[in-house]
Amino acid sequence: MLKDITIGQYFPGNSVIHRMDPRMKIILTFVYIVMLFMASNMVSLLVGILFLVVIYAISRIPPKMILKSLKPVVPIVIFTAVLNMFFVEGDPLWKWWIITITKQGVMTAVLMSLRIVCLIAGTSLLTYTTSPIALTDGIERLLSPLKKIKMPVHEVAMMMTIALRFIPTLIEETDKIMSAQKARGADMESGGLVQRAKALVPILIPLFVSAFRRADELALAMECRCYRGGEGRTRMKQLRLQYFDFTSAFVVLVFLAGVIALNHITPALLPFLVI
Amino acid sequence: MDSIISAQNISFSYQGEDNQPNMVLHDLSIEIKKGEFVAVLGHNGSGKSTLAKHFNSILLPMSGVVYVVGLNTADESHLYDIRQNVGMVFQNPDNQIVATIVEEDVAFALENMGVPPAEIRQRVDEALKSVGMYEHRLHAPHQLSGGQKQRVAIAGIIAMRPQCIVLDEPTAMLDPKGRREVMKTIRRLNHDYGITVVLITHYMDEAAQCDRVVVVDSGAILLDDIPSRVFSHVEQLKSVGLDVPQATELIYELRKNGYDLPDDIITEEGCIEALAKLLEGAHVNY
Repeated sequence: MLKDITIGQYFPGNSVIHRMDPRMKIILTFVYIVMLFMASNMVSLLVGILFLVVIYAISRIPPKMILKSLKPVVPIVIFTAVLNMFFVEGDPLWKWWIITITKQGVMTAVLMSLRIVCLIAGTSLLTYTTSPIALTDGIERLLSPLKKIKMPVHEVAMMMTIALRFIPTLIEETDKIMSAQKARGADMESGGLVQRAKALVPILIPLFVSAFRRADELALAMECRCYRGGEGRTRMKQLRLQYFDFTSAFVVLVFLAGVIALNHITPALLPFLVI
Repeated sequence: MDSIISAQNISFSYQGEDNQPNMVLHDLSIEIKKGEFVAVLGHNGSGKSTLAKHFNSILLPMSGVVYVVGLNTADESHLYDIRQNVGMVFQNPDNQIVATIVEEDVAFALENMGVPPAEIRQRVDEALKSVGMYEHRLHAPHQLSGGQKQRVAIAGIIAMRPQCIVLDEPTAMLDPKGRREVMKTIRRLNHDYGITVVLITHYMDEAAQCDRVVVVDSGAILLDDIPSRVFSHVEQLKSVGLDVPQATELIYELRKNGYDLPDDIITEEGCIEALAKLLEGAHVNY
C-alpha cells in the first residue's frame, strides 16, 4: 500500500516544456509568481490565466492533473475568499446584522482566489514537467554563485539527491517492518489517536536504526568512489540553454509587460472592474 | 608478475566495549598479484572484512604497512590514487547507489575525480556494457533486482578503471539468480578485462571458482593455496567453522569409508567424473 506513493509529482512527457532547461523553468516560474501578484485587476489577471492555459496545453499535462494539485489548497482558497468578502470595506451590497458584504470585498475575494489557484497550478506545472533530479540539478546550479559566500550549495543538493534516492528504499523497508510487527501481534489499525501514535513507535525505532546503518555504509561507499565534496567535481550532463529557453523567456516577459500595461489601461477603459 | 596489494605484518584492533582492545588482525602478511582472482574465506568475525578495508585505505594498520600499486596506504597525499586503483564493492547494493538514475550513479566516481564530461559519458557507457546493464541505464535503482543493483554498483567501480576490485561479500544479500549474475560478471571482468579481483566470501562454491583461496581465521592466514589444495584440508576447515563445497564433502566422506577417490575435487563436474570412474571400476571387478 505504501508503494503507491510517488516521489514529487513528475508527469513524464516529451513536450518542449519538459525539455526546457530546469534553471530557466525555475526562474520563469518565479517571474510568473511575480506576474500574478502584480496583476491588480481582473483584466490583467486574465492575462496570467491565459498564459497558464497555453502552457498547460503545450506541455500536454491533462487538465485533471490541475484539479489534483488544487485539491489540498481548496480550504485556503475558501478561507481567503470569505475573509476578503466580509472584511474589505467599501460600498455595501448586502447587509445583515453585523455582516456586510461590499462590492470591493467580492471583487478582492475573486481576485485573491484566482491568484492562489494560478499560483498553485503554475508551480505544479514546474514539478509536473521537471524530474526531481533535474530540479535538484537546476537548483544547485542556480545557487552556485552563493558558494562564494561559503554557502554549502553542493552539499545541500547532494543531500536532496540522496533523500530522493532513498525514499523508495525506506518506504519498502517501512512496509517490511510493519509486516514484521503485525506478525508479532502489533495492532496498528484500531484505537484512538494516541494509541495509534504509540503503535508507530515499534515501526519508527527499527526504521531509524536501519537508516543510520545505511547512512554509514553509504558514506563508506561514497568515500571509496573518491567523493571529496563539491570542489573540482565535474558533471556528466551539462546543462545548456537552448534556443527555446530564450524564446520562452521572451514570451514570459511579453506577458509580464502585458500585465503591467493592463494594470494601467483597465482603470481608464473599464472602471467598474477596478477595486 | 608485479603485486598490486602487499600487506606486510599488519595488525589491527578495535576498541572493545569494556575498553579492552579487541584484536582483529594479528601480524598478517599477504600479497595479491596483478590479474589474480583471489577468494578470501573466513567465518563471521574472522577479520576478513577488516582486512579488505585495509586494501584501499579505509582502515590503516596499527602496525605494519600496506602498499597498494606501490603506494603506502598511510600516506594521505596518495589517498585518491589508491582508492581509484582499488575499487570496493559492498554487501548491500542499496546502500552504495547514490543517484536516482543508473547512469548518473555510474558517473558518480568519475564526477568526483573531475573527469571531463565527454569522457565521463564514454566511460559510463563502457562500464555499463561490461556488466551487461547498458539497457537499464535510464532506470531508477529501485526498479532493479538485487543482482542488477549489485552489477550497477560494480559498474560504478569499473568506470574508475581500477586495477583491482575488492568485493566484500557481494552476493550475501542476493537470491541464487542474482548470485549467479554477479559471479559471472566478476569472472568476466577478471578474465576479459584483466582486472585483479579480491572476493571476500563465505560461500564455498564461489571460492572454488577462484584461482587462489586464502582462509582467514582469528585475524591470521590459515591456508593460502589453489582451491583444490585448500579444500583438501576438510578437517582443518571444519575446525574453524567453515564448510567445504558439497562435492568435496561427498568425496571426503566416501574416502573416509575406504573408497579410492582423488582428494582434490572441488567442482560438481569433477565429482561426477570421479564417481563414474569408480562405478565403472566396480562393474569390472564384480
